Amino acid sequence: MSESPPPVDDTTETVKKLYDVAVTESKGQTVLHPSRDSYHDLIQLLVGEGYDVCVDLCGADHLGNATRVLPMTIEPERFELIVNLLDVHTPRRLRIRVQVPESDPVVTTISDVHPGAEAMERETNDMFGVCFQGHPDPTPILLPDGWEGHPLRKDYAMGRIPVQFKTVEGR
Amino acid sequence: MTKLDHLRNRDAVLRMSESEAEERASVVDPDDERMIINMGPQHPSTHGVLRVTLELQGETVLRSKPIIGYLHTGMEKTAEDLTFLQGPTNVTRMDYASPLFTELTFSLAVEALLEIELPDRATWIRMLMCELNRMSSHLLFLATNGMDLGAVGMMIYGWREREEILRFFEKVTGLRMNHNYIRPGGVAVDLPDGWRQDVERILEILPERLEQFDVLMTGQPIWRERTQGIGIITTDEALALGATGPVLRSTGFAWDLRRAMPYLAYDQVEFDIVVGTYGDTFDRYAIRLNEIRESMRIVEQCLELMPEGPYRVEDRKVTPPPRARINESMEALIHHFKIFTEGFKVPPGEVYTAVESPRGELGCYLVSDGGPTPQRMHIRAPSFANLQTLPHMMHGGLLADAIAVISSIDPIMGEVDR
Repeated sequence: MSESPPPVDDTTETVKKLYDVAVTESKGQTVLHPSRDSYHDLIQLLVGEGYDVCVDLCGADHLGNATRVLPMTIEPERFELIVNLLDVHTPRRLRIRVQVPESDPVVTTISDVHPGAEAMERETNDMFGVCFQGHPDPTPILLPDGWEGHPLRKDYAMGRIPVQFKTVEGR
Repeated sequence: MTKLDHLRNRDAVLRMSESEAEERASVVDPDDERMIINMGPQHPSTHGVLRVTLELQGETVLRSKPIIGYLHTGMEKTAEDLTFLQGPTNVTRMDYASPLFTELTFSLAVEALLEIELPDRATWIRMLMCELNRMSSHLLFLATNGMDLGAVGMMIYGWREREEILRFFEKVTGLRMNHNYIRPGGVAVDLPDGWRQDVERILEILPERLEQFDVLMTGQPIWRERTQGIGIITTDEALALGATGPVLRSTGFAWDLRRAMPYLAYDQVEFDIVVGTYGDTFDRYAIRLNEIRESMRIVEQCLELMPEGPYRVEDRKVTPPPRARINESMEALIHHFKIFTEGFKVPPGEVYTAVESPRGELGCYLVSDGGPTPQRMHIRAPSFANLQTLPHMMHGGLLADAIAVISSIDPIMGEVDR
């Protein structure tokens, strides 16, 4: 089980003060819930706090998920952007969850702060249709060019593309 | 942000869409000596189906872009349809050279959500199997790396040694690959009779063979010429690009999750983190070769310290009852039936777990909505992140060296594309 920082350490205190970001804890791991507007600045600020590796960035579709627990101040939206940050100097992790509305799925890119997020943002764009403003190369990465739809959305049904089976001659 | 300026100003990444690249490739401008060519996805040195669009000036690589997705089969979508118990059958197919690690990170995530404590023996069996898997994965790397650079003999030897370990896996799990052995709640079956002798035999034959590899490859002038000073990356660049594993360690940065954030029982065993100095292709080769030796040390300690006891949790809501109990207990039969038909329910929540796979940080982000299937399952694939270092490593190098660089990242396309 990956270790995570204690629920409240210096960093989360600083972040709380500076940005008034809601902090929760999930299975011993610290989670920050910034708003969409403060998300980019928060990532930038956290680099200064030591979280200089963006280890993972992915999306999630919470359509029909009634069990999600969010802080009172956070309005739940259909999509979520999850960023896992890592501090390699004093081993600790931090997770950031940003609510992304279905009507306007646009988030500022963090690839200017973490170049490693570039491919991950492209993947999130493919899979959920979340656009990243200011992304240097917003082309599809895992899907072919011109693919319609976003496969990891909950309303994208499995098996919606019919598979053609060939009949065997002479039977 | 001065650390990153260098990375940005280098202009190593070819940022254009496929159609744009095609257009550029067809226009012939006599004054422009640059040209765009395509390598792969069927090129034998691309580890499956990696395709790279290269911008060349003569023999020099200027900009490049890895084009991936040829093996994309929507495994994260499939995971949302499978129960937590069926999950490992799916994730094990991602990194097919080290399948046990993906099973492990997935199982750890499920166990974190369930908040169950594993029996000691399960933990140590997992560790033993994972370290053996690390050895087999690195042996496969030595084989393919040798093949890519023209040392075809190495390919035969690497595969041969790997086979010894796969034979042990077959005995334990029933399969050479895609084991579905590590499951939420423990492991599928206990180690078979005579496992100790089998592991001891592997530990006995490998050191001698590794020394042969040293003679065949490490000390050989042609090999060193071909790999030293090729595909250099610095620590800051590797960290900025999210690279982990041997790619990051080759720069001299000792980052290993087994040491930094111990999981399983890695805090109870002794081993060294192997690091490089120059961040070049040779360092990445040497790290993997020596990591086999470190893994052997851990396996030796596993043999010594392997505790007795149950190999999975005794919670009948999570793991099925023993086969013998089903014949005599109605309750056992019901538990068995329930687990395999509708699966067990996992309390709502979200968690991220990470393990050190042979390629780097292998993470699993798991969200449960309280049902028997995940709401969202995302695998953080180390090869996916490591591939982003490729344009930076190849920039300014020769086209022939591009093959050496791709090989030294050791990407497994199954996990890149998922």
